[in-house]
Amino acid sequence: MSLRDFARSKDNLNNSGLNNASSVTLRDVSKSYGEEWLSDDVLKDVSIDFPAGELTVIVGPSGCGKSTLVNLMAGFEQPDKGQVLVNGEVIHGPAKDRMVVFQETALIPWQTTFENVIFGPKMRGEKSGKALKDEAEALLVKVGLGEFIHKYPIQLSGGMQRRAELARALINEPTVMIMDEPFRGLDAMSRSLMQEFFLDLFEENKKTNIFVTSEVDEAIFLADNLVILSNKPTTVQKVLKIKLPRPRDYKMLTSAEAFEYKREALELLHDEAMKSFAVLK
Amino acid sequence: MTNTNKTVLASLMGQTTLVRGISSILIFLMVWQIGALCDDWFGVDILAIGLVPPPTDVFVAFLEVIPKIGYWQSWVASFSRVLTGFIVAMIIGIPFGLLLAVNRYFRGIFFPPFEILRPIPPLAWVPASLIFWPTNEMSIAFVTFLGAFFTIVINVLGGARAINISYLRAAQSMGASQFDLFWKIILPGTLPSIFTGAAVGMGITWEVVLAAEMISGGGTQGGGGLGFFIWSSYMGGSLEQIVVGMISIGIAGYLSSSAIRKIGYLLMPWKRLF
Repeated sequence: MSLRDFARSKDNLNNSGLNNASSVTLRDVSKSYGEEWLSDDVLKDVSIDFPAGELTVIVGPSGCGKSTLVNLMAGFEQPDKGQVLVNGEVIHGPAKDRMVVFQETALIPWQTTFENVIFGPKMRGEKSGKALKDEAEALLVKVGLGEFIHKYPIQLSGGMQRRAELARALINEPTVMIMDEPFRGLDAMSRSLMQEFFLDLFEENKKTNIFVTSEVDEAIFLADNLVILSNKPTTVQKVLKIKLPRPRDYKMLTSAEAFEYKREALELLHDEAMKSFAVLK
Repeated sequence: MTNTNKTVLASLMGQTTLVRGISSILIFLMVWQIGALCDDWFGVDILAIGLVPPPTDVFVAFLEVIPKIGYWQSWVASFSRVLTGFIVAMIIGIPFGLLLAVNRYFRGIFFPPFEILRPIPPLAWVPASLIFWPTNEMSIAFVTFLGAFFTIVINVLGGARAINISYLRAAQSMGASQFDLFWKIILPGTLPSIFTGAAVGMGITWEVVLAAEMISGGGTQGGGGLGFFIWSSYMGGSLEQIVVGMISIGIAGYLSSSAIRKIGYLLMPWKRLF
């Protein structure tokens, strides 16, 4: 049984309520680092709408400030100018409604997979005892880690770590999932398996998903909306609606429609990449 | 069947390590014996090693001191000094290092004087502490404390500052309070560095206590510790007994660092995987 069938065969665990997706809005957000006289403008007047329940992928040339966007939306950093809104309300710092899956694994190494997953609810004292244990175990089984519950993160493969991290995020019942290049560093095979697995999860629970990547194929395969960023100081170049049908399949990537999206995205990105390349030289 | 094979193989592997360890020590003793007796046997004196008593003589000397209560009192005296200095250094050093790591203001105030005092070798403190502390015992404990303290603090500080910020951010997203961040992320994340600091600090503590004992001397017979044991053997001209004292320290140091390693092993299950 493939991972994909596995995920599909399981009950929908996170479709608990109607309010399981929030919209996220960036309004004229600017951010720079360093002292004023030597400041590095990373974001400049960036406005993006992330519709509730949709999967929006952000692509941009490397070093363009994608991670800064993630940090602002997660609430780890504050914008210099502008606002980050969730369901129309300005956010103040990180909160459990916005879960981040980090670039490299952020599973806590001194906790087992199970302990990592129950970390949030247990700490907040919301759930405990058998109910929490059952929920965590069910989630871990769902992500295909049923036999690895009591292993430490270091004992898991890269793909397993990402899935454990997805489970850890989902148990907090976020309304927004922020994925910061979550599959970077995986080998090609695990990566495409993870993409399919992730899509199944999304198509099942329809949370608002914000997915950052530098891979155009990955972006088109996953996205409802594709936000293409420029070089630093970063602005939004274009937002593409990806109208490939769901549930998606890898074969769709070879369709004429997908090629058209890819051509358009690559053209925009290539020009920007050239600019930053020229600056480097 | 496979299971039995595995256990046999495992026990064989374990044995090989033991066998390897024992044979390496035996070879070392053999080289020592030959080197020490080179003059007698071949008429050629090997520089430096020729004057060292051979292991057989040392062994005889060892058998002589083992029944003596004074020898064991030396052990107890040195061990209790090392432990006092070491434990106080841990009790003060770990929170101090963690505070330096997590609080900018605390670091701003306390790090500069700390960095000025740190390069002063613990032994340079011996004369001053002999003067300032009312008893010899207290000054030795103070110097041993210094030996471990700076190493522990620097390791704790470095370890806590090196914690992956993603762990802290992930925990914050999940609603961690400052209290949670400290107890669930920063402290366990610093544990490996705490144990590194402890192991290195323990080594320095033994170096320092021995030297301090030699300098300050022992009041009554046996009260001087292993350092004084070596020193009085030197004054008494017993070469074999000097070596007995040295080996005793080697064993004592080995026991202390094994204990630290064992505790670290128990406290950090996620580190056992390599």
